[in-house]
Amino acid sequence: MNQTQASTGPILTTDGIPLKVSLKKAERINKIRAFLLVLPLLAFILITFLVPIGDMLARSVDDRQINTVFPKTFEVYKKWDRQGLPSEEVYKTMFFELKNSEGYAVGKASTRMNYSKSGWKSLLKKSKRKFKKIEEGPFKEQMIAIDKKWADPEYWLALGQMVDPTTMGYYLNAVDLKYDSSKNIVQQKENRRIYNKTWIKTFKVSLLVTLFCLLLGYPISYLLATLPMKYSNLLMICVLLPFWTSLLVRTVAWMVMLQQKGVLNNLLVMSNLLADENRFQLMYNQTAVVIVMTQILLPFMVLPLYSVMKTISPTYMRAALNLGASPMHAFYKIYMPNSIPGVSAGCLLVFIIAIGYYITPELVGGKDGQMVGNWIAYHLKTTLNWGLCASLGAILLAMMTVLYWAYNKIVGIENIKLG
Amino acid sequence: MALPAYATTGQKVGYYSFLTYCGLVFFFLIAPIFIILPLSFSASPFFEFTREFMNFEPEAWSLRWYRQMVGISSIGDTTVVTDKWMLGTRNSFFVGIVATLLATALGTVAALGLSRPHMPFKAVLMAILISPMIVPLIITAAGMFFFYSKIGLTHTYLGLILAHTALGTPFVVITVTATLTGFDTNLIRASQSLGADTMRTFFKVIMPLILPGVISGGLFAFITSFDEVVIVMFIGSVEQITIPKQMWAGLRQETSPVILCMATCLVALSIALLTTVEMLRRRSERLRGIKQR
Repeated sequence: MNQTQASTGPILTTDGIPLKVSLKKAERINKIRAFLLVLPLLAFILITFLVPIGDMLARSVDDRQINTVFPKTFEVYKKWDRQGLPSEEVYKTMFFELKNSEGYAVGKASTRMNYSKSGWKSLLKKSKRKFKKIEEGPFKEQMIAIDKKWADPEYWLALGQMVDPTTMGYYLNAVDLKYDSSKNIVQQKENRRIYNKTWIKTFKVSLLVTLFCLLLGYPISYLLATLPMKYSNLLMICVLLPFWTSLLVRTVAWMVMLQQKGVLNNLLVMSNLLADENRFQLMYNQTAVVIVMTQILLPFMVLPLYSVMKTISPTYMRAALNLGASPMHAFYKIYMPNSIPGVSAGCLLVFIIAIGYYITPELVGGKDGQMVGNWIAYHLKTTLNWGLCASLGAILLAMMTVLYWAYNKIVGIENIKLG
Repeated sequence: MALPAYATTGQKVGYYSFLTYCGLVFFFLIAPIFIILPLSFSASPFFEFTREFMNFEPEAWSLRWYRQMVGISSIGDTTVVTDKWMLGTRNSFFVGIVATLLATALGTVAALGLSRPHMPFKAVLMAILISPMIVPLIITAAGMFFFYSKIGLTHTYLGLILAHTALGTPFVVITVTATLTGFDTNLIRASQSLGADTMRTFFKVIMPLILPGVISGGLFAFITSFDEVVIVMFIGSVEQITIPKQMWAGLRQETSPVILCMATCLVALSIALLTTVEMLRRRSERLRGIKQR
């Protein structure tokens, strides 16, 4: 092409446009066409999935809940020098805003205020009721007369954490830290430190599950990959059937197996290995979570391992044996290094799924087996502390993103195999 | 993999202990699923194998929980109709089927785009489109709960269907993209050069070839929706019972053996789906000329 170009100048299409320009245009049109095909799904995922996730992230730092209920108080509060008690003006604005605001708005705000300093909720509730009788100032004395807490600078200082419309408070909470009244980061009280333990537990359970999946999954993947097709197809069903069976069904099955009058305990009692009165407590603890999750996630280890092992040519092993290696040595030096991509894919996949598990720990975990997912659900449903719920979720999501990125780098997301 | 004739005793022992180990792992995988089948026919109101049941005494075996599942149960002489399970079944199928159709349509079209050689930002787009499958359900549920309640989609079937569609699309995208690898684009050119327009080419040439992938992707999407309990729990209303939600409620509160009956039905369903997908996969490989391994 270079030769013709040199002799006759740029090649033209029949319309007289240079070929390169024309090609570029065609390519651009192709690109746009391809993109237009993806666009509907992209838009759909954006609206129904990504925006909700973004909303959750926004909620984890959002601290306007209270600023919208007591906006004027916060205006005058900002002028206060944080020494001693605030001026009459602060009390006065607080008084009127509390008196005139809706009960449910106060409820919401006081919930938030309670996170900073417990006692605010009852204080506001009591004060709002009694404020009805008060008509005119001076408000400071009358408020203090209603409840001594109004004279406690600690309460007023705690409000300082909420002046800004955004807060890192929920994130601090999620790792057992908090702001003290002068906005320094300090550790939670000893008896309220629960989240770091939960994070460690979540990691521990996920790692154990990944390890056991590998220990159980590697040999059977090897067997499946080396058996003749007609046998391995049959055995593959044993892997695929659990994969296709409802998660709840499998968890129910395990509850049937593990409970006190369950199959395992019954078998032991019937075979006289165990006295009827000291049956094992197999359920509602961390061990149960690990056992059940291992069984549930095992297919996710076997499938990637199998698809990698299938590509390892049997001639490699034969060559090694031929050259005098013992079977163990050949396996260790030849087969294992070749299967590493499958191992990393399987381990990452199992770990990624395990770390966000919720249903199984909830059903078989008891108190001891609760993972981060369970705390997210608990705050979402029971305590309604949505800021903390969102920040726990955001931290988990950040970890997932890192793992997902690693998975994409190592395995390639388009290589996920299903069935 | 078999033992050669010259294997030493040590190798034989190693080989058979390896096989035993594998056998135990397969047992571990499959046994819990089949343990519930016989138990669902027990007359006992607890999840346990009673001695009478093990001795095949006729009174210990019964279909009473199945009758209760389909809505007939008797307390004393009066027949009570509890419709929760059937309502759940209807809802599950309704939400599942609509979500599957939506997910299949959206996912197939997107997969066609993603498989084109000219696709810009392919890796990023793929990562985004697969993300609903990767993000833990509890996080998705929390996000959807916050956002959907703002725009009034909680406690509606539309909200549920949209959520389940989002969860199902990655499976369709993955399976259809896999089917499209090695797709002979000359077939499209041939069709177009013979005068077929885009739609005709799609339905007459592309569709028949990728159909196995589309159907198995659809089945994955269906089972995802059919199994899903976390999102239903958070964004569904009290009346919006689905099978998994009812099972969850049953496990947390009443612990009735009807759960085992439903579980048995679900296992049967998953066997049917598994068989279909497996057959489709083989057909697809045959169609695309990939040799059976």
